Amino acid sequence: MNYVNAFLFAGIICFIGQLILDNTKLTPGHVTTIFVVVGAFLDVFNIYDKLVLWAGGGALVPITSFGHMLIHGAMQGVGDYGFMGLCVGMFNLTSAGIMSAIVISFFLSLIFKPRD
Amino acid sequence: MEKNKYKDLVNRHTPKENILGNGVTAFLIGGFMGMLAEFFIEFYSYILRISSKEAATFMIVTFIFAGCLLTCLGFFDRWVGKAKCGLIIPITGFAHAMQSAALEYRKEGLVTGIGANMFKLAGSVIIYGVVSAYAFGLLRILLFGVQ
Repeated sequence: MNYVNAFLFAGIICFIGQLILDNTKLTPGHVTTIFVVVGAFLDVFNIYDKLVLWAGGGALVPITSFGHMLIHGAMQGVGDYGFMGLCVGMFNLTSAGIMSAIVISFFLSLIFKPRD
Repeated sequence: MEKNKYKDLVNRHTPKENILGNGVTAFLIGGFMGMLAEFFIEFYSYILRISSKEAATFMIVTFIFAGCLLTCLGFFDRWVGKAKCGLIIPITGFAHAMQSAALEYRKEGLVTGIGANMFKLAGSVIIYGVVSAYAFGLLRILLFGVQ
């Protein structure tokens, strides 16, 4: 059942993204940026937490979860350190993704040659 | 008259079918990525005996590594042409944006090439993510107070 939910949720997110991409003149960069902002917005009222519980990995793999994890870490920081925690905890949960993306793409770009 | 009618018919039908087909492809591929993510979470939490929250971090790192490696080998660009948003919206699209920028500017040097341009495409995601998370975090503090 979890797999069906994951399939449906991730599929619908990608379907919406494709609709935006096809019907407007926005580039993929615009679409991913919009989705991150939407993911952060959905966490204001804890909607995305419920979606993660419902869809599991299907809600964690689209880029919307990046915005969700940013604000989630920030709110955890606020709980621990007060108002300045908004700055302290912002990258707490996403640092694994950003760090591994930087390190992996740096070393792989040293190994591989660009193809065109 | 006949020509106009034909043109009208073509205009009415061609893009619509295309858009629907693209949407269905993106839905299927994106859904498959979601299922794969769920599988990896359960796999890691079973093999390494960790909670599903920690396994999610492992899953994201796996997806980023796969996206970077497939971009380097040249498969990813071809697949994006077919799968459309099904591969761009998942975290693999983020990895692909960083890796292709790093590969493209590599010949300009380590500092002025890779260092300066790695976030050329993926930077907007991080910047708008942080700015919006800050704004919505302030909103949440105003609405619900410090929890």
